[in-house]
Amino acid sequence: MEKFTIHTGTALPLRRSNVDTDQIIPAEYLKRVTRSGFEDGLFVAWRKDPEFVLNQPQYKSASILVAGADFGTGSSREHAVWALQNYGFSAVLSSRFADIFRGNSLKGGLLTVILPESEIEKIWEQIEKNPKTKISVDLVAREVRYEEKILPFEIDDYTRWRLMEGLDDIGLTLQHGDKVTDFERKRATFMPVTLTK
Amino acid sequence: MGKTLADKVWEDHVVHRAVGEPDLIYIDLHLIHEVTSPQAFDGLRLAGRKVRRPDLTIATEDHNTPTIDIDKPIADPVSKIQVDTLRKNAKDFGIRIHSLGDVEQGIVHVVGPQLGLTQPGMTVVCGDSHTSTHGAFGGLAFGIGTSEVEHVLATQTLPLTKPKMMAVNVEGVLPAGVTSKDIILALIAKIGTGGGQGFIIEYRGSAIRELSMEARMTICNMSIEAGARAGLIAPDETTFNYLKGRDHAPKGADWDAAVAYWKTLKSDADAKFDVQVDLPADSLAPFVTWGTNPGQGVALNDVVPNPADIKDEAARGSAERALVYMDLKAGTPMKQIKVDTVFLGSCTNGRIEDLRSAAQVLKGSKVSQGVRMLVVPGSARVRLEAEAEGLHEIFLAAGAEWRQAGCSMCLGMNPDQLKPGERSASTSNRNFEGRQGKGGRTHLVSPLVAAATAIRGTLSAPSDL
Repeated sequence: MEKFTIHTGTALPLRRSNVDTDQIIPAEYLKRVTRSGFEDGLFVAWRKDPEFVLNQPQYKSASILVAGADFGTGSSREHAVWALQNYGFSAVLSSRFADIFRGNSLKGGLLTVILPESEIEKIWEQIEKNPKTKISVDLVAREVRYEEKILPFEIDDYTRWRLMEGLDDIGLTLQHGDKVTDFERKRATFMPVTLTK
Repeated sequence: MGKTLADKVWEDHVVHRAVGEPDLIYIDLHLIHEVTSPQAFDGLRLAGRKVRRPDLTIATEDHNTPTIDIDKPIADPVSKIQVDTLRKNAKDFGIRIHSLGDVEQGIVHVVGPQLGLTQPGMTVVCGDSHTSTHGAFGGLAFGIGTSEVEHVLATQTLPLTKPKMMAVNVEGVLPAGVTSKDIILALIAKIGTGGGQGFIIEYRGSAIRELSMEARMTICNMSIEAGARAGLIAPDETTFNYLKGRDHAPKGADWDAAVAYWKTLKSDADAKFDVQVDLPADSLAPFVTWGTNPGQGVALNDVVPNPADIKDEAARGSAERALVYMDLKAGTPMKQIKVDTVFLGSCTNGRIEDLRSAAQVLKGSKVSQGVRMLVVPGSARVRLEAEAEGLHEIFLAAGAEWRQAGCSMCLGMNPDQLKPGERSASTSNRNFEGRQGKGGRTHLVSPLVAAATAIRGTLSAPSDL
């Protein structure tokens, strides 16, 4: 995974709440067996509307998505994270994220940042006024900056460290291999197995 | 201070704990299907890793599989590749798989419990958000993404931060015609699709204890629609009776040891929940959705709400967009809404009891002219059980289609889809835009309402017949 420290770019205002992962990428795109190439499915139903914000030229090079509350509800599909990344987004700002989507994003290096709803509204107003506004998402300092604004955000130390180092979660867990083996020795014998012994 | 049931199961599975790190949690059962696993197996291959515990892993084909002509190759070439990929991965990594045509094939969340693999006190994961279903047995079960699927395959553990605890209390007696589907739809309408974010929900109270295992699974299944990654119900005699004698349930002395442990699995009297929500059973009624998220629901006797009455700006905007998408006008009685399709099935309501209750309503009646009704059993076993009871004859005589098992029209990854503009009454779990097919419009309902709606052609309860 690529290291994430500070990302600076322009942003796109998605003024919708409750954006579910079926909207981020519909099921028909989930039949693929790869991790890349999902950008064509991103918000595909909404993109048919020429007025939809992704179709507006002033936001074409945006790399930060600023979304309404409860972003990423519904299906656990990690394809939603891949689609956003494949399209060119490095970070998503919202006042609330669905739990599974947030977990997936932080596993995959898409930084999801929680800011107060009032601040999301101010960012929308700013980028609608000036789509060229540069926004910095600084994981090191745990803050979002634009113009004169500095907005602190919270993220747990462990996730921050893992993202900043670009570490492989599985590799980290395998360091505790002995503990897993010890745990397995103590499991109750009545627990089910799927294969016959 | 006492512990909640979820606390107890969590503590029993901590492999490693350190300050400033998530807990490393052991996973007792990993369910796999074709959609969210291919990239995980690719990851294992790239890193030269093996599956740590193939004997705690089981795969089934469900999302892409057709529900007709299952003896022929899958027609959609992309779906076929995905299913073939799962078969190859299962073979390469030594994982048990139930493929299309196998008697144990079916929706992953129907198959696990039916085999007796889902048991109280276990941790269960699957790359599918409806894994919360398995919490009905009194364990911790949650949906995971593909990176986490790979993590569990490689390590049989997951690093997790313990969620907060929410108690949902449903005390009293449910009125006639009110099902567990109505309880969960009413709950989601009350707390919202984000109400359970960051929580594990424990469903409690006398109305919950009276429910069958199938009905409990329906409630826990839709915990995710309230934003909660997991939902659970304390195991009791209903749970033990359901499990006894199933293929993978403990036998002999193991059974006694298991039951002794299972009986300890309940929240202590002085357990502290971070949030309590009361949903009095006698206040509930058949419930349906009008919008494009599962929280946009009302009682079937009610009318389509007016967005102007919604105070919250974001919720109002969302309701306005939903009414446009659903082609509905505020103030329209829900019972006047005409449907084209009725879908009975899914991991929410595709179990034998769901088919029985719908068949009872349909018996001797006909599906309304111009309405298509699809009955899709949750698993091949459910289908066989239903046929042994003659339920299929009731559905067929009514003019419904009797299909093979799978996820089917819940998400339309196979050919079972709504056409643009078509409207369904669906026993599934999501009414998102385009969920059941591009431009399709979905009303979430219970199996009883689905059956009555099929007969009348408009959203209806059996009491309207």
